[in-house]
Amino acid sequence: MRLLRAFGRFWWDFVVGDDWRAAAGVVIAIGATAALVAAGVDAWWLMPVAVALVLYVSLRREVRPR
Amino acid sequence: MSAVFLVASAFLASAVEFVEALTIVLAAGITRGWRSSLAGLGAATVALGAIVAALGPALTYIPISALRLVVGGLLLAFGLQWLRKAILRAAGFKALHDEAAIFAREAEEARAAGHVERAGLDWYGFTLSFKGVLLEGLEVAFIVITFGGTQGNVGLAALGAGIALALVAVVGVLVRGPLTRVPENTMKFAVGAMLTTFGIFWAAEGAGAHWPGEDASLPAVLAFVVVLASGAVAMLKRRRVAFA
Repeated sequence: MRLLRAFGRFWWDFVVGDDWRAAAGVVIAIGATAALVAAGVDAWWLMPVAVALVLYVSLRREVRPR
Repeated sequence: MSAVFLVASAFLASAVEFVEALTIVLAAGITRGWRSSLAGLGAATVALGAIVAALGPALTYIPISALRLVVGGLLLAFGLQWLRKAILRAAGFKALHDEAAIFAREAEEARAAGHVERAGLDWYGFTLSFKGVLLEGLEVAFIVITFGGTQGNVGLAALGAGIALALVAVVGVLVRGPLTRVPENTMKFAVGAMLTTFGIFWAAEGAGAHWPGEDASLPAVLAFVVVLASGAVAMLKRRRVAFA
């Protein structure tokens, strides 16, 4: 059980890291792109815009005075 | 063009991880003996080889669009972490990665640890080296498998990683010390930008979107990410000066 937890923790740290909101933003952006494509919009442009937004929010949180 | 990106990305990302692994192997070797440290390195290499051999071919059974969607998402989440940390380091909001300091800390901890011998090996030296190489190597394996899998060419990604391994190993043997002169933070910035670029590209394709010009749009996406990250560094530097 401890080994399984350590394995899960490793992958969480590896992929998600210390800002789960950034990872959640990526998932939402992919979902929105898929939804737009399903609606007939070739939304290749959405991912770059979403990444800029996610990066901005993540960096802002990191550097704001505590 | 994407083949060049593939090899360059795998090379840069792997080189960064191998430099970190080398620091740990050196710390274990110098303080606890080379036999145990090299045995740990060997055991971890075998374990990594088994993981890549098992997972690499399995990826070929997954439909390419599903693979690109999942891998794109994973790479993007992973790449944004690298890019964010590289931006914060470049802007002075986070301490630079210092291999000499890490080496000194690992060596100090290794010297202080008690001696337990198992199977004729110093157990601390073996496990320190094994864990270090396995964990850093798993990141390399992840990059090689995902990059190679989605481009349909694991061999080319493995070539980039192999060149990095050979280079770091040769320099490591020659220097016999942590590679402090490697521009690690610059390399991490480049790797973060490349991982994010591939992540954006594949995640959008996996979600069903079509890039104008297909693969030819990759350099444009990379340029966008580099401009975005460089702009963030410049803005954060100004902000830091303003708050100082």
